[in-house]
Amino acid sequence: MTDFQQSALHLAACQQTPAWLQPLREQGAANWSAASWPGRKTELWKYISLAPLQQQGDLRWGGEADDSAIDAVERVEVDATCLVFVNGRFNAARSSALPAGIVRFADADTAQQQLIAQHLGQVVDSQRHLFAALSNAWVDDGILLHVPRNQTLDKPVYILNVATPEAQPAVASQRLLVVLEEGSEAEVIEHFASDAREQNGFVNSLTEVVVGANARLQHYRINLEEENLLHVGGVHADLHRDARFHGFTLAQGSRLKRIDYQVNMRGEGAHMDLNGVYLPRNKQVIDYHTNVEHCVPHCTSNEVFRGIIGDSAKAVFNGRIHIHPQAQKTLAELSNKNLLTSRTAEINTKPELEIYADDVRCAHGATIAQLDETSLYYLQSRGISAADATTMLSFGFINELLTQVPEQAIQDYLRPRLASLFGQGSEQVGHLSYE
Amino acid sequence: MLNISDLYGKVEEKDILKGLSIEVKPGEVHAIMGPNGSGKSTLGNVLSGRPGYEATAGSVTFKGHDLLEMDTEERAREGLFLAFQYPVEIPGVSNMEFLKAAVDAKRKHHNQSELSSVDFLKLARETCKRVNLDASFLKRGVNEGFSGGEKKRNEIMQMMLLEPDLCILDETDSGLDIDALQVVADGVNAMRDGKRSFLVVTHYQRLLDYIIPDYVHVLAGGRIVKSGDKSLALELEAKGYGWLENEVA
Repeated sequence: MTDFQQSALHLAACQQTPAWLQPLREQGAANWSAASWPGRKTELWKYISLAPLQQQGDLRWGGEADDSAIDAVERVEVDATCLVFVNGRFNAARSSALPAGIVRFADADTAQQQLIAQHLGQVVDSQRHLFAALSNAWVDDGILLHVPRNQTLDKPVYILNVATPEAQPAVASQRLLVVLEEGSEAEVIEHFASDAREQNGFVNSLTEVVVGANARLQHYRINLEEENLLHVGGVHADLHRDARFHGFTLAQGSRLKRIDYQVNMRGEGAHMDLNGVYLPRNKQVIDYHTNVEHCVPHCTSNEVFRGIIGDSAKAVFNGRIHIHPQAQKTLAELSNKNLLTSRTAEINTKPELEIYADDVRCAHGATIAQLDETSLYYLQSRGISAADATTMLSFGFINELLTQVPEQAIQDYLRPRLASLFGQGSEQVGHLSYE
Repeated sequence: MLNISDLYGKVEEKDILKGLSIEVKPGEVHAIMGPNGSGKSTLGNVLSGRPGYEATAGSVTFKGHDLLEMDTEERAREGLFLAFQYPVEIPGVSNMEFLKAAVDAKRKHHNQSELSSVDFLKLARETCKRVNLDASFLKRGVNEGFSGGEKKRNEIMQMMLLEPDLCILDETDSGLDIDALQVVADGVNAMRDGKRSFLVVTHYQRLLDYIIPDYVHVLAGGRIVKSGDKSLALELEAKGYGWLENEVA
């Protein structure tokens, strides 16, 4: 075991946790201890280094932050049930009153405890996902969202996770379990943010989702964090018969950010679509790994990821589609397009198809390019400067996905922020944030 | 307005323009006709400053300035407009955002203040109506999924918004049905004010029934081989280009 692994286990020992969560914690700790630490030859971690984590020194839990730090983070303006976590701790004062069906693990009644125990740590494969094992070992608090059969959540659930820097680097562990019963519907927005100060913490976040038969989840995961934060996270979903999972994710910031999406098609007729955007710059490192397990026939999956990598930043996109022998009539599509805006920017893109069924349609593509010269010329021929044209086209490349986001509040939140990201030093910001 | 003198130009190492001269005075409409491969589109691209299209000899002055010394965007801001033969689709950049950026760039160049969003939206909607485009096209990506006719009308709309001094229409009529052609021609004719000049590059005489030119030039082999008034266009229509090429040879 590495020092980091040991230090992380020690941290688990400092927690006082209800007995009903103990079995999962113990299993997590066992998986975590038994795992060999990923190196450059570990396929799942091939392109990025975990060294920044190991350099964290002795780990400790994140603490309270003062209200001004929390309020400095601008929220998505959405009419929602709002849950705020700061450095991994629930902040009741800044959160909405919790309606039925949304409960902290700590407050779960017996039936809810059973539901949590039934699913928590069961959707994710913690043998394959090292940091899921760690998350299991650290399970203490978290949120359960449970929507009963044929019910539709009347408001989205907005979970804001705020990180603030502390005197010593600290750790935050976040956990969300979504259980949608047959025929139910919900919208969940996970927003990871930090205040503007230089961050020194490590966030380990894990979301598990069970979408029951004919149920539908609209899910967002927005990661806009300061660039020194370390973040490893994952979204793991089981889709049952005719279930739909619609996802959107965006990542910016962090010198080590690794986000895994795994969607398991458990029932026929299930569908998932996932659009993603990553925008590392400076020395940021962003790594998206997606994996769709087509285990049964007649399921569809469609993933579109786009990235703009600038300065000396690095991005990884690894999109795996695994079509099992019995998963006939699968339709699976995957597209990944990247723009490099500097000579020192790096992208590693790898579609990974494993197809063991013979009657399927599977399309994938990955491109790495600079901006289209004809488009640049067209804009310039209308009097727009080369710099502004570059800004507009870069933003447009991402905006194509942004305009498809169903939740208008997310579009309204992201558009001006991304416009200012691309428009630094450009006069185009005003135009871009405008309709 | 525009004085092209003995212009030579090449595209990717291939010489296309070989000693082309034209003078366009304010308010004049010049039509340039010619067979495929004669250099018609190259002329428009060289004049607007498209990368890869290089003037190798000769001179072009635009409103008294050396046009060839100016950047692409500077030419546009000074009042040169090229309506593209093949307008470019730019998904993700809204037409509105594009148009406002273009208009603001020009206004700023001429020390005018930028239009407010509200004023611009009003102006853009009115202009849409003038070219018979639904205002919903403003919200769509630039030319994204537009039909051929819609793209050309979008070009004319840009021309109207930018109010250029010299409009170059590069085969704007190609592939248009009569209704769309009428809209384009009406747009151009509405902008003829006695000062604004037009260089109408076309393969087909039909357009000139709608936009009546003051002069017609025939471009062949990279230079003007014959000039005349609008009757030349009719002669070309009747006889084709072959007789001219023979005459020149």
